[in-house]
Amino acid sequence: MGDNPSGSTNAPAGGPGVTGRHARAAGNGVSPSSYDEPPIGGGGALPKKARFSMETGFRGLSTSAGAMVLVIIVAIAIFLIAKAVPALRANTVNFFSYEQWFPNDAQPKFGIAAIAFGTVLSSVIALIVAVPIALGIALFLSHYAPKRLANPLGFSIDLLAAVPSVVFGLWGRDVFAQPVQDFSIWLNKYFSWIPLFGGDGPFGRSIMLGSLVLAIMVLPIIISLSREVFQQTPTANEEAALALGATKWEMIRTAVLPYGKPGVIAAVMLGLGRALGETIALAMTLGTVFNISFNLIQTGGNSIAANIANTFGEANDTGRGALIASGLVLFAITLVVNMAARAIIYRRREFRDAAA
Amino acid sequence: MSTMTQSDLPGVGMTPGNIRSKKLPLAMNLAVAVVAFGLAAAIVYGFGIGNWVLVVVLGWVLYLVGLLIAASRVEGRRAARNRAWRSLIYSACILAILPLASVVWTLISKGVQRLDGDFFNSSMNNIGARDPGGGAYHAIIGTIQQVGIATIIAVPLGVLGAIYLVEYGRGRFANTVRFFVDVMTGIPSIVAGLFILSFWVLIVSPWFNNGEPRFSGFAAALALSVLMLPTIVRSTEEMLRLVPGPLREGAYALGVPQWKTILKIVVPTALPGIVTGVMLAIARAAGETAPVLLVAGGAAAINFDPFNGNQSSLALFVYQQAGDASKYAPARAWTAALTLVAIVLILTIAAKMLARRNSLTR
Amino acid sequence: MAKRIEASNVTSYYGSFKAIDSISMTVEPKSITALIGPSGCGKSTFLRSINRMHEVLPGARIEGRLTIDDQNIYDADVDVTAVRRMIGMVFQRPNPFPTMSIYENVVAGLKLNGVKKKSHLDDAAEASLRSANLWEEVKDRLGRPGAGLSGGQQQRLCIARTIAVEPQVVLMDEPCSALDPISTLAIEDLMFKLKDRFTIIIVTHNMQQAARVSDKTGFFSIDKTGDPGRLIEYDDTQKIFSNPTQKKTEDYITGRFG
Repeated sequence: MGDNPSGSTNAPAGGPGVTGRHARAAGNGVSPSSYDEPPIGGGGALPKKARFSMETGFRGLSTSAGAMVLVIIVAIAIFLIAKAVPALRANTVNFFSYEQWFPNDAQPKFGIAAIAFGTVLSSVIALIVAVPIALGIALFLSHYAPKRLANPLGFSIDLLAAVPSVVFGLWGRDVFAQPVQDFSIWLNKYFSWIPLFGGDGPFGRSIMLGSLVLAIMVLPIIISLSREVFQQTPTANEEAALALGATKWEMIRTAVLPYGKPGVIAAVMLGLGRALGETIALAMTLGTVFNISFNLIQTGGNSIAANIANTFGEANDTGRGALIASGLVLFAITLVVNMAARAIIYRRREFRDAAA
Repeated sequence: MSTMTQSDLPGVGMTPGNIRSKKLPLAMNLAVAVVAFGLAAAIVYGFGIGNWVLVVVLGWVLYLVGLLIAASRVEGRRAARNRAWRSLIYSACILAILPLASVVWTLISKGVQRLDGDFFNSSMNNIGARDPGGGAYHAIIGTIQQVGIATIIAVPLGVLGAIYLVEYGRGRFANTVRFFVDVMTGIPSIVAGLFILSFWVLIVSPWFNNGEPRFSGFAAALALSVLMLPTIVRSTEEMLRLVPGPLREGAYALGVPQWKTILKIVVPTALPGIVTGVMLAIARAAGETAPVLLVAGGAAAINFDPFNGNQSSLALFVYQQAGDASKYAPARAWTAALTLVAIVLILTIAAKMLARRNSLTR
Repeated sequence: MAKRIEASNVTSYYGSFKAIDSISMTVEPKSITALIGPSGCGKSTFLRSINRMHEVLPGARIEGRLTIDDQNIYDADVDVTAVRRMIGMVFQRPNPFPTMSIYENVVAGLKLNGVKKKSHLDDAAEASLRSANLWEEVKDRLGRPGAGLSGGQQQRLCIARTIAVEPQVVLMDEPCSALDPISTLAIEDLMFKLKDRFTIIIVTHNMQQAARVSDKTGFFSIDKTGDPGRLIEYDDTQKIFSNPTQKKTEDYITGRFG
């Protein structure tokens, strides 16, 4: 906070803060250093507007910085397509329906069916697990916990959102894998009649492990976003519900949840976007098997991002192109999810501004 | 107009004559708990279908159900439902805290194993599968250089972009930019890595390297800056909007041009908030693995030159050690993870402290 | 229906701050009682303690007895939701639920109480909206958002919502302070009409309003900022405004203070 703008804030008031280098800019009525120059306030005819000035230059600079974002998004699409197309041309099978991944062969064969399925399946399961728990915790923080507990707890959850995914991946693989394996064996023993939990093993590095690790990772994101919207519920509406004789839960159901619904949906979509794009944690916990199966507990599962991380090392030219093509699909999926989430947030913002 | 039809409707006049209610006594609550867990233990061990974990889980479920039934009897349906939801919400908290606490605990207990001077002073060069030593010096160098360069690229661009959005941007174009900044926040890091791979490593870098594509720390920095840019634009935009309008108007009224007002008054006023946003972006970038893996390639030896040749980073080091077959690798991975988390958390906490002291946001 | 309220030595705290100090007053059934006084004198705090809404704020607690037809609402075994169903409240700013339609707003309380049958809800909604003098204005657009109404209509919607659950007492916390004069008159008319069925207590900053609508008036005041609010004088409205016994009351109503 060293150069906090205490000096600069004085500037418009004509304080001494900015008189240093450019006495002219200070505009505080000091006489010009040389009497040959006209006074700052001007005199005589009004000066013409300069055709090119620092003003237009700076405006152009910042506008192009803003445009840079669009340029990057477009460039991502263009360059990924440029590098994917040769590999897709060389592909000897249907990219969208083939399940295996042999792009480095002399006759390249690769398709995203299995890994796209794995990506969506693991993310959806992660959300099914994480969303109810996250909403419960968000409500706990916003409406149940005493402030003394809610603030530090909320702060720690914000910190957990910053923990790198490689750490969660490492934990999932070294620590969490064992209990999940035990649980999988137990599930298989008693519930193998449900296809989700069938199979003959081995169990362990499965969709379930990957999804649960993902769930733990998206938990902090969904919690902190939904907590924020729950806290924004107007007190007036909460009091209105309570004054009608609502219990605490009824108050939450009548006032808090409907008000927070768009925000929660957006939070879930953002969590989904994060889960879909998650690379390292899944690369470390999934069993990397290329097939389409709803079996959750057998070793297996794969995702687009994990596949890129896992097979990038031994990929040749076509192999890289193939991975880039799969990345393009992932880019498209996450773009759609994120745009939907943002559209919801924007509509909600307008709704709220209109109501105010 | 005295149509009080409600009173005539059966079951609608809900105002109670009696405001007293019965509360579920604590003893009953405890009794339900004892019965629930006893029953769970009997079922689980009686049929031999699991261990103590199942007893706890099943006991908890039975307890919640029992409590709901008992409370419905004593307190009425609405109070019971209120109680049930509260219990569920508290349960969700406990359920989530367990794995998160386990992450923290493992990180510390396993991370301290290799927390020694050697770890921070040596690289993985010439460390074989049977060598217990080795360290992350090269990875730390890589992280610092890559994140540093990414910051140098992303911060001016991001701050200028935010200035455009707040001070100049009007109309459709600005709205489009704003929308895509938000969308860009959600781009997966692996896609950013692939972008730099296809753009820089495969297309641009051969120009400087006799036609051969070349991995470099600089490419990783480019990918990280793609990830940092939207975060910085967003947080800076928010901060600039908080700068009070009169401050700007005061400067305009003195004939100060807009660009100078922005640079000398608006940005300095918002500076602490901007720094907070930048620090959070750095913390996020430092933890990214995938882009570094794709475009810097990873390395075992120390490489001080970010423009030439493979580099590693702390996050990538964790990933590669985790995949290493050596029995000494897990300890190195955990220590590197602990170091990485420490760096990220220190940055994050410092950023949040700064935000808390920020006079604009208070 | 309407019930008598008796407060004896009600003292209320927010944390360590004493907001009101031993208030005692009796409110007769089917009457309108106005509470007046300068800002921060504890009128609203007292009002909110009548239906235990003050507990919503963290750190709030209360001493003394507050009985409604001889049942102390602060007894340990009292169900606070039942108290609030019995004693409804209308707030300073109209606060219809923003996510609900006009119809849903009116029947929100009924639905909470487990009334599910559509015909009952329809009848109750119409009756309450009629009682709130709002039916004619909204009967064609019951499905539209409640937040789309004008301020005065919103406040009448909130009154309809409150009386739909048939409370016995209706508390009004400066219900007209956010409204224009015409809407204010509409609410005052409504209060006269509701007086037949409910005991009404209204906090108001507007002395003319207190004089116009109320049967009895209580004057609250504080000695200085930080001191607890006290009930200075409580009597028939006519007496308070024509011939108050306390000097402070006289100063206040003649505009020499506050």
